[in-house]
Amino acid sequence: MLEVRNLSKTFGGVKAVQDVSFTVRAGTIHAVIGPNGAGKTTLFNLITGIYTPTSGEILFDDASAGGESPDRLARRGMSRTFQNLQVCMNMSAIENVMVGAHLRLGTSLLAGLFRLPGLAKADAECRDEAARLMEFVGVGRYRDAHASQMSYGALKRLEIARALAAKPKLLLLDEPAAGLNHTETAEIEALIRKVADSGVTVVLVEHDMKLVMNLSDHILVLDYGRKLAEGSAAEIRENPDVIAAYLGASA
Amino acid sequence: MTMKPTTRGFLFLAFVLAVLPLALTNGYYYDLAIRMAINATIAVGLNLLIGYTGQISLGHAGFFGIGAYASAILTSRYGLPSGLALIIGAVATAGLAFAVARPILKLKGHYLAMATLGLGIILSMVVVNETDLTGGPDGMPVDAFSLFGMQIVGEQAWYVVVVLILLLVTRAALNLIDAPAGRALQAIHGAEIAARVAGVDTTSFKVRVFVLSAVVASVMGSVTAHYVGFLTPGVAGFFHSIELVTMVVLGGMASVFGSILGAVVLTLLPQLLSAFEGWETVVFGLILMLTMIFLPRGILPTLRLKFAGRAA
Repeated sequence: MLEVRNLSKTFGGVKAVQDVSFTVRAGTIHAVIGPNGAGKTTLFNLITGIYTPTSGEILFDDASAGGESPDRLARRGMSRTFQNLQVCMNMSAIENVMVGAHLRLGTSLLAGLFRLPGLAKADAECRDEAARLMEFVGVGRYRDAHASQMSYGALKRLEIARALAAKPKLLLLDEPAAGLNHTETAEIEALIRKVADSGVTVVLVEHDMKLVMNLSDHILVLDYGRKLAEGSAAEIRENPDVIAAYLGASA
Repeated sequence: MTMKPTTRGFLFLAFVLAVLPLALTNGYYYDLAIRMAINATIAVGLNLLIGYTGQISLGHAGFFGIGAYASAILTSRYGLPSGLALIIGAVATAGLAFAVARPILKLKGHYLAMATLGLGIILSMVVVNETDLTGGPDGMPVDAFSLFGMQIVGEQAWYVVVVLILLLVTRAALNLIDAPAGRALQAIHGAEIAARVAGVDTTSFKVRVFVLSAVVASVMGSVTAHYVGFLTPGVAGFFHSIELVTMVVLGGMASVFGSILGAVVLTLLPQLLSAFEGWETVVFGLILMLTMIFLPRGILPTLRLKFAGRAA
């Protein structure tokens, strides 16, 4: 599904990501963990086309994806959420989700200006679909709400609904549980499981170890931009390098 | 069947515009109403760019000027039919807007404002300096608008024409913001990066809405040229651009009806203030400042929030 080969990104003299390689198989949940500043979000931004790699290769569905623009990657079936929320506060909750379905609707300005036949029907279907997705991620009660009226936790779910509206093959979640309490984290965990069960391949960056260990089929550990370790949850838990990186070298 | 609030608003607008002539008891009132409708139409188009997509333009009077002078020059100096001149002006505007949009709209915030300001100033200087074509600062007369041998003469006929255009543009704008393309525009304003990740080609949308709003300004420039019958370079000038942006901001960003209200207020206010003899500009500025301090979202959205709050 996704293959990263020797990926590097430097900002001036800072090597944010160095020579990272890994593979994500279709239908799995893959986690990227590491201390703050390890390069996790940079890695996400490279994969989703927000940054251009300094060197290395990214293959999405066996075709090159490195340096391609986010909207073209979206076309190819990649979607993501953001660590710092990127919700459109100038729109209603359901419209935010409908933006996610952008590529499946007619996007001509002229068609929109004159409400050409077919468009209104497709748009109504899109609205119903968006309402279903809001229900699916657990924010159904905000159906008629404005985005600015929603709580932080609800907005995080709304972002997931928007990402799912694109019907992605690969979904990248950047810290889906950040800022959530225990109950909310457990709910998000159940939601990610539901999403993966529906056939979407998931890659997530997360600090909540319980969630990561519970969910992940495969874990990649980054430290100072380099790959520190890789393996199943059990392997990572036992890995001395990982323990050292998290608890300090003497541990 | 429940009616969408925008549909209700549109029908209300159509009703007001239909009965308004009852209150227009003389040519001066008609003239005011026509100018309001022309400004409102431009403001609705400009709001799609500024209020909905979040991209500022301080150069739209330039596009208005292209339309106005294309109509004036092509009809009176080259004898082209006025309908054709209007279309040529609109196409030229679209071409120019398209050509400059890509580099300009890469800029954000203040830089975008500066770039569009520069564009407006260039266009305005062309109008002032090409005296052979435009008459320069002295201005030039414009023939009446005629279509299929019929001329639009008199305020009442013009009122019907500009009101129909206003209703058409308003309906189209309302349609657009409720369509996928319109949501993409609003998403660019709300969270550009999220829009891109959702597959929105943000550059293409910015360019297209820029061209669209420029063409609306150009067509209204042509209409104004024929209606007024005389053009001076001021129509393409910086102050006219600012006036247009102020209508959008004052009425309410991202509010179609707000733009119309903003245009009405800004067209009416200088007339009402003429009693202040010489101080009207000061009072005018003061009213604008107070409005923005007490109604920061613009007139219509602030009022709407107030009423929604009371109803809840």
